[in-house]
Formats: sequence, structure tokens, C-alpha cells
Amino acid sequence: MSAAGRKLAFDLAASDCGAVRLTLAGLTARLRPAGTLWLEESRTLAAADLHLEKGSAYAARGQLLPPYDTAETLARLEQEVEALNPARIVLLGDSFHDGGAEARLAADSGARLASLARGRTLVWVVGNHDADGPRGLPGEVVAEHAVGRLVLRHEPQAGPRAEAAGHLHPAARVATRGRSVRRRCFVTDGERVVLPAFGAYAGGLNVRDKAFAGLFAGRPIAVALGPRQAHAIGWSMLVGD
Amino acid sequence: MDGGAAQQLLPARFGGWFAGRGWTPRTHQLAMLEKARAGRDALLIAPTGGGKTLAGFLPSLVELSQRARPNAPRGVHTLYISPLKALATDVARNLMAPVAEMGLSIAIEARTGDMSVAKRQRQRRHPPDILLTTPEQLALFCAWEGARAYFEDLACVVIDEIHAIHSSKRGDLLSLGLARLSTFAPRMRRVGLSATVNDPDMLRRWLSAGTEPADLVLGEPGAPPVIDVLLSDQRVPWAGHTAQHAMAEVYEVIKTARTALVFVNTRWQAEFAFQELWRLNDDNLPIALHHGSLAPEQRRKVEAAMARGELRAVVCTSTLDLGIDWGAVDLVVQLAAPKGSSRLVQRIGRANHRLDEPSRAILVPANRFEMLECQAAREAVAENALDGDPERSGALDVLAQHIMGCACSEPFQADDLYTEVIRSAPFAGLGRADFDAVLDFVSTGGYALKTYDRFRRIVQGRDGAWRVRGAQTALRHRLNCGAIVGPTVLNLRQMSRRGVGGRKIGEAEEWYFEGLTAGDTFLFGGQVWRFEAIVGIDVLVTRSPSDDPKIPSWGGSKFPLSTYLARRVRAMVQDESAWRRLPDDVREWLEAQKDHSGVPRADELLVETFPNGRRHYLIAYPFEGRLAHTTLAMLLTRRLDRLGVGPLGYLANDYAVCVWSLAPMDRIDMDELFQEDMLGDDLEAWLEESSMMRRAFRQCALISGLIERRFPGEEKSGRQVTFSSDLIYDVLRRHQPDHLLLRCARADASAGLMDLERLGGLLARIKGRIRMNPLPKLSPFSVPMLVEIGRERSPGGASEMLLQSASLLALVEEAMA
Repeated sequence: MSAAGRKLAFDLAASDCGAVRLTLAGLTARLRPAGTLWLEESRTLAAADLHLEKGSAYAARGQLLPPYDTAETLARLEQEVEALNPARIVLLGDSFHDGGAEARLAADSGARLASLARGRTLVWVVGNHDADGPRGLPGEVVAEHAVGRLVLRHEPQAGPRAEAAGHLHPAARVATRGRSVRRRCFVTDGERVVLPAFGAYAGGLNVRDKAFAGLFAGRPIAVALGPRQAHAIGWSMLVGD
Repeated sequence: MDGGAAQQLLPARFGGWFAGRGWTPRTHQLAMLEKARAGRDALLIAPTGGGKTLAGFLPSLVELSQRARPNAPRGVHTLYISPLKALATDVARNLMAPVAEMGLSIAIEARTGDMSVAKRQRQRRHPPDILLTTPEQLALFCAWEGARAYFEDLACVVIDEIHAIHSSKRGDLLSLGLARLSTFAPRMRRVGLSATVNDPDMLRRWLSAGTEPADLVLGEPGAPPVIDVLLSDQRVPWAGHTAQHAMAEVYEVIKTARTALVFVNTRWQAEFAFQELWRLNDDNLPIALHHGSLAPEQRRKVEAAMARGELRAVVCTSTLDLGIDWGAVDLVVQLAAPKGSSRLVQRIGRANHRLDEPSRAILVPANRFEMLECQAAREAVAENALDGDPERSGALDVLAQHIMGCACSEPFQADDLYTEVIRSAPFAGLGRADFDAVLDFVSTGGYALKTYDRFRRIVQGRDGAWRVRGAQTALRHRLNCGAIVGPTVLNLRQMSRRGVGGRKIGEAEEWYFEGLTAGDTFLFGGQVWRFEAIVGIDVLVTRSPSDDPKIPSWGGSKFPLSTYLARRVRAMVQDESAWRRLPDDVREWLEAQKDHSGVPRADELLVETFPNGRRHYLIAYPFEGRLAHTTLAMLLTRRLDRLGVGPLGYLANDYAVCVWSLAPMDRIDMDELFQEDMLGDDLEAWLEESSMMRRAFRQCALISGLIERRFPGEEKSGRQVTFSSDLIYDVLRRHQPDHLLLRCARADASAGLMDLERLGGLLARIKGRIRMNPLPKLSPFSVPMLVEIGRERSPGGASEMLLQSASLLALVEEAMA
């Protein structure tokens, strides 16, 4: 396959931090291997679908999953914040797994969330799992948030548009003879990006699923997450589950 | 035994029935009556066709025929447990005949998971006298409310094919269930039945109720089997797994038999052999196919046709190792090596279920090493030298499931349950601290971070007794019990014109499809299919006109070569006088090896290095089985990488390990390379990356109830389970690496998937006994390996490399450079 011969509809490049750099709705953006979106000009860090306290939500119903998911998710978010020192953090909804999640937070998890807001703006976009947003934590609770002409919201709206959203938990599968790999991923066409779920226990939906149909004007690409590097993968390389 | 006295134990009605059929009760059948009269547990080992099942039930039938007319409804008298559903139903049917002929009023019923709810409920209200079922149903019984009352009259438990259950998690669960039953009915006898047992004393201990081992009753041995190794007119092939070279001869042999069972080791070999035989089938013989992935209806059709005597041959996998008696089978063909002498005996036993006539079997080696193995297996069977599964200690994830089950049934005191559990042989060595840790796991998840106290699944009352939290929790447990966790199974469906799933063709494990891309063709159910897509848990396929599938077969065997057979093969290689018993081309091959490189002594490890093409090869021949070899290959590759020789790939089979590299390896200190310390840090580092631990963890998480397969009203597909269990594994490993389930997963991976014990034994055995032969060119022994290396595998970081190679940016960079 000659990828060089194929003209991509949008700019794409590798960056030194293992991220994939692209122009997203006119903004300089990095899709980071941790699964966060970095908007350079506005120093905005976005992460989607943290699903905090998913473990304890299952435990309440009798499946005693390890109670470490919130600590794990927060530690990863703190690493991103430390590396980038953002002016603004935007959490793209479903930050909590359910309405009771905030109340179940361990005291130190609450404190860690509060300290993320120190010295910067923390924006809670609401999602379907956390329609009311947090009650006792600092930050603004909004339905959507705009950076330039890019709208950051939880659930992608129908039709192509300049938007960064979560909700769908995209995952990409690549297979060659005898082996396959499935990873969380971004999906983007340079105008819209769907972020991977950031939460430690959040599962993934294959990007070939019909839920992704109609969101992109042309063929999007997937950016699959690896431990040190994000990998841009052409649509034709992706397979269903 | 005093025959006269034993005869007295047989009531006239029974004696008359035997006489009416022209039979005399066999000695072991009478011995079982005597054991029952004395209230002893008994293990009966008798060859197939020896009236073993009847011997197991005879005491129960006698007791039931002599009991007074009940004035109140009674509980189950005898519980029969078989590893196979089909066997339980079949034995129930077979038992009804003598009961009807003697006019006994004994209710006999089978119970399996696919029975209707109404029938199951009726069975619960009105227990039959004899109930036939599987270990999974016993686990469910133990989790019933009222289990104690249901089983308090139980007089006897019969466990059939005991050798096939004991050494597994199913066996652990069964053993715990038996301990429970003994608490409910302290006078209950235990009876074990088996045809093939290598270590009767171990099974006698396993069967016992924690006191003294069960008594041993031996049936008269049958006529020794006649086993031939098929020597094809063409020569024994150098490599391969399919025995394609001998298919025409196999077909000819089938023609001479009334009915033949053709055993293979994997489903893909079955598909392949089935297709090959039909290619040759000019006489249109009714030849059928039977393996675990075919749809159950299809399998049942084959079994029914077989029972009616309509088939001339069935190509099958281990799915037919155990099971129903088919009188008509008079020939067993083993395609490719049998991998163990007990398995071979078991398979041969499927032919000719009559004691006085020998069973006839033909072994068809697929390559030269297999020729050695077949010969070793044949000699082992002739000496009645069997191999078998070792004694195991009970798995803690299974114990967790059992404890939860007990709580669902009735409140328990921890002290009482501990005392009961250590009466189960696999758990005899369980310390109280481990028991308490499992109890805590069942209750709160066993986490160092104690945040789940209010979510306990079992709670301790003021009386100190543990009980299940609520009816809902109990219901969910009952939906999820059992210790069989298969790989995720997908439905294979023919794709309709509208692109959706239509008729179901069968089922197959998920891993097989992972590497397929749309358009790949493969064999299934004797037909070539084109892979289209996977939607949910359905694999969509279309018929392919081609009869030459792109992915013909996955090589190798599911079972590793048994330790015992491996030792015999090593001895045979060393012993030149034994070579005379081998075919000419194999003997020439061994002699050429002796001249060009050397044959190792039985206690030595032969290591060869040589260049070939533009690569350098290192091959070691430990003959320790595929699992231990694969682990060894991984660890050697890591070390060779550190030594800077640039290993490119490896291959491991049952006989040897091969690593190839960029730089020569003939100056490496082999004693250093094969040091036992590779089982330390190198192993740890490899485990971190390997998917084996994830698979093992998923299994433990399912069995222990951490993750549920089924919720009331919804079926959770295995695919979802796989994904979330991986996430949980990652988080748990980072935050609580000593958690109980990680310990369980580790133990399972070491024992089952990596065969660490065997690898450890090998490394200890060969210390200071490595025979290093640096060669200028390849050796005769190495040829089968080099032929097998068709596809190279890259060591380490394979997932990342795959993504890397699929990455657009990498391709762009390469094209622009």
C-alpha cells in the first residue's frame, strides 16, 4: 500500500511526545497516547468518559471489582496535567459512572479532583451518566464548551461538524494473518474527533460499529493508543470485532 | 473373596435375571456388593466391556429392591455423576432395562442443564431414587436452599470416568461437593469407576472422605489390544501434522472394518482428515465428522447414526474419548501421535466393547519424531505402563465459588466449613489462613483497600454464621456456577443476502478468528467457507466454491507429549538396539544423526548450532512437550537478545526448541544459557507482557464469581467479559499484586499454560549434561524443525510491531525517506 501516494484530507504528523499532531477545525491539536486531546493555542486539555467509581457501582450490585479504578484514572490524568500544565481542563461528560458516584468517592480522591482545578479552569461537561454534574467539587458545569469553532460536548451530534466528543468509547482492531490487536483509539477526520474513554474500567466499542456511521464526511482515521506512542491507522486497515 | 458368600449377597431376583440372559455375575460385580454391605468406599478399575457400570449400580439396585414400602416420600438414594451430559442420559437409559426386566419399582432420572424448568422443579419436589447428572449440577445442588434435606437419605454416589475429572478444576469442585454431601449424609458411600488409571492409590485417596483411602476392586483384564503402527508405502514424512501421506492407506483400512473411529488431536486435523477421506471416498462410505465445535444438533445426529450402526467411520477429536458404548466399533485409528499412553488406551477402549476379543488399533505417525513416539506409546501400552495426571492441590478460585454456594444454601460457621473442606482430598493441605483469605474474598473482594464493607456478598450474623446477602445475590450465584470456563465461543452463521446472520453452522473459539480478514477461506464441517465479518458473537461466512482453503490447518497438538512418553522416547533415541524396531527410513535418519552430529544419552540435552541460509540456528532437543518448550523458547529468546545475537524467531514443538538469529550462537556458554535462574527475573519480565496471565486471570475471575457470565435476564457475551477482565487485571496488578486472584492466575499459568514444573525439572536434570555440537551445516534431526518453520514469529513486543506496521505515519515516512 502506498500511503504517500494517498492524499489525506487533513494534516497529520508525529510529534516527539508520542502524540499524533493534526489541525483540528483550524486548531493545532495533539492526540496523546494517554487518550487525551491537547489544544495547543488555548492550552486546553480534554479527556472523555472517566467513569469514576465504576468499580463501586458494580460492587453495590454484588460484583466486587477491585476498588482501585478511580485512583488509577486520577493518577493518569494527573500525569497529563503535570506534563502539559494546561490553562483549562475539560472533562467531556460521563466523568462519573452514575448519580451516586460522587458520594462514593474516597476522601482523598475528592481532594485530588479539587486540586486539579487549582490555578486553572476545570470544566465539567455533563454526560448521560452524570447529567447533573458534580455537586461538591470546584469547576464549571456546562452542557458544552467552545474553543474557537470547535465545540466540546459529550455525545456526538448527527452529521459532520467541528466537534470534540466522547460517549462512544471508540476502539480499533487491526489484524494481519494470525494475530490481532485491539486498542482504545481516537477517530478523526480533521474536523471532528471522538475521544477514547479515559476511565480505567471503561470498555470500548469497535469503530466499525454503526454508531460511528454518518459522523464523518469522508473516511476518518483511527489513532490507536500504545504505551509510549499513538498510532495513526487508515480506515481500510481496521476490522470489526 | 469367598465366591459362595458373595453369591448370597445377590438376591434371587437378580440371580435369575443374570441367568436368564445367560450371564454369571462377574467377580468384581460381586465384590462391589460386598464392599457396599461393609459400608466401604470403592474404586473399581475394570476394562471397557466388563460390566463396570452395572457393577457400580448393583449394590444400589439390590438395596432399593429390598427396602420396605415407604410411608413418606424419600430423598435420592444414589447419585451418579459423569463428566459428560450424554453419558448421564445414556447410562440412565441402560439402567432402566434391567430394572424393568426384573420388575423393580425404582425411579431413575437424568438431570442436565438443558432440561425444562418444569421438569427440574418436579424433580426437586419428587426426587427419583437414582439421579444421574454432571459435576456442574452437583455444584448447583449444593447452592440450593434445602439441599441438606434433599440429600439426607443419600446412600451412595457413583463417579464415572473418574480419571477424566479428578485432575482439574472441575475435579476440585466435584470433590468439595462430595465433602458437602458427606456432611448431609454421613453414611453415604463413594464409588469411583474407571477403565484407565495409572496411579490407583492417588485416586483412592481422591475418592475418600478424608479418612482412609477407598478400597480397590479390580476387574479381570481384557484381552490385550492389538496395536499396529501404519507404515506407509511411501516413507515416513520429515515433518507435518496431518498424516496426509497415509490417507489412502487409512481409507483402505476403514474399508476392512465394520465401523472405525478415526481419532485426531485437534479440530483442524479432524476437518482436514475428513476432507481428505471424502476426496478418496469412491465407494461413498458413510463417513462422518464429530468435534466440539460442530452445532450440538449436528453432533447428536452423528451419535444417533452411529448408535444405529449406519456409519462406517467417524473422524473425531477428544469429544469421543469418553462416552457412550457403541458396540459396532471394531477399529480405532489414531492419526498423528497419541501424546500419552493413557489417552491411547482410552481411545483403543472405544473399539470392541467385549472382553474376550482384543481391541484393534492402528497408529499413523505424521512425521519422524511422531514415529518414535508412536513406537514408544505402543510399547508402553503393551507393558500396561500408563501415564496420568498428577495429584493437584485444590484451586482457590474454585473454593471461593463453593463457599458462596454453601452460603446460598444455608448459613454456615466458618470453623465447620473449614473442617469439611479439608476432608476433600485436593484441599487436605489447605491452611486456615488461606481459607480465611478466600472467605474474605467471597465476602468483600479481599482488597487491601477496605471500602466494600457495605457491599458484602455474604454477611456474618450475630450468631457468627455466614449467610448470603440476599435472594438476588443467591440467584446470580446459581446462574454462574460451574468450573468449566471455555474460551469465548462464537457462533458460525451463514450470511444471508441481506448481510445478516442466517443458519447456524457451528461454534468455534474466538481466538481462531482473531487473525482472519474478510475473504480468507477455511475448512469447517467438511466445507470450505469464506470469512466475511464478525458481528457481536456471530461469525458471518459464505460458501466458497474453492476446495483449497487458504488457511488449511493449524499445526500441532492440543495436548503436550506426556512426561512418561517423553522419557520413553528419549530412551529409545539413546538405545541403538531399539532402532531395529523402527522402519528403515527412520532408522537411517537416526544413524545419519549419529554420524553427523550425535544422539544424546537419555540424561543429556543435545544442543546444536549451525548456519543455514543467511541465518544462524540453535536447536535443543529436550523432548519435554510443547508447553514447556514454548516457555523455554520465550525465555531463551530473551536471553539471546541480551547476549546481542539478535534472535529473529523461534519454534517449539513436542520434541525440540529452535531459535534463529542474525549472529552465530556457537560461542555461547550453553550451561550459562540454560541456567535455572531463567525461571526468575526473565520469567517475571516475560509474564508481564504475555497474554497468558490475562487468560488465566479471566478464568479465575469467572470461576470465583468476581466477574459474572450471566445476569438474570441477560446473557453477557464472552467478548465483553474478555475486554473488561483485561482492564481489571491491569488495575489490580498495579494496585494489589498479591491479591488472591492474581495468585490463582499465577498458579494456573505456571501449571497449565507454561508447564513450569516440567521446565524446572528439565533445567535441573540437564545441569552439567549439555552436549553442545557446533555444526557446519544442519543435522538430520533439525530437518523436521526447519521444514516446520514456514512462518516466522517475532519475539517480544509483537502487538506494538503490528500497530507500527499498520501505521500510516510509518508508511508515509518510509515512502518519503
